[in-house]
Amino acid sequence: MDVTKDNLFMYLAVSAALFTIGCIGVLTRRNAIIVFMCIELMLNAVNLTLVTFSHLHNNATGSLFVFFVMVIAAAEAVVGLAIIIALFRNRQEVDINNVNIFKW
Amino acid sequence: MLNSILFWVLSVVSIASAIGLITSKNAVYSVLLAVLNFFCIAGLYLSLQAEFLAITQIIVYAGAIMVLFLFVVMLLNLGNETPTAPKYHPAKGIAFILGLAFFAELVIAFRSFVNEGHQLAGQFDFGKVEPLGELLMRDYLFPFEMVSVVLLAALMGAMVIARKHN
Repeated sequence: MDVTKDNLFMYLAVSAALFTIGCIGVLTRRNAIIVFMCIELMLNAVNLTLVTFSHLHNNATGSLFVFFVMVIAAAEAVVGLAIIIALFRNRQEVDINNVNIFKW
Repeated sequence: MLNSILFWVLSVVSIASAIGLITSKNAVYSVLLAVLNFFCIAGLYLSLQAEFLAITQIIVYAGAIMVLFLFVVMLLNLGNETPTAPKYHPAKGIAFILGLAFFAELVIAFRSFVNEGHQLAGQFDFGKVEPLGELLMRDYLFPFEMVSVVLLAALMGAMVIARKHN
């Protein structure tokens, strides 16, 4: 395993690219499920950053934090999908442009 | 050498599948591309010697969470997006430009982080289950227990939200 510093920078660049793609997806897509998946993608990008820095410093805290992020992401996915199901039950669609009852 | 080939294949596939995820018209394809993306990230964890996290990534993300997504997509029949907005909207271009700027910013920040003084430790001792579990049960016992409360709350919240109200 020859993980060098430049190599670790490439991992960080990949995670930055994934985070950016997730961000663009959240900003441009209208299907609530796909927006939600983009959020998961961003969480994964951050996890990759945490693991890379954990590897860089030989420190376990980053890896443990990834574990907690995964648990919270699972909880978030369950609640978010429940909200999407409730939304679909009320309006027969999940287009976030049309769900604006909180907008004044 | 083998490691770097593995890295390039995994990173290219993960970025390509992420782009496919946000551009695909069919939500089912998006979910499947997300599964591919999460598998690639698990492979990247493996090449960083974080074996436990790689396995957890596959079981929790690619297994449980994405199956839940697929289940909801197929249950609600959300295959195709309804065309309510124009296909080419100026907001998409602005989002793309802002995204590129954000990416450049992140790369510059990471570059300086990696370059500034931090010596590469050389080995990584916390990838296996044993050291991580020891830390989790000793130093991080309270957060670990609190996370179970969060999971319970999420479970009950999901049941209350998705229930049919009469």
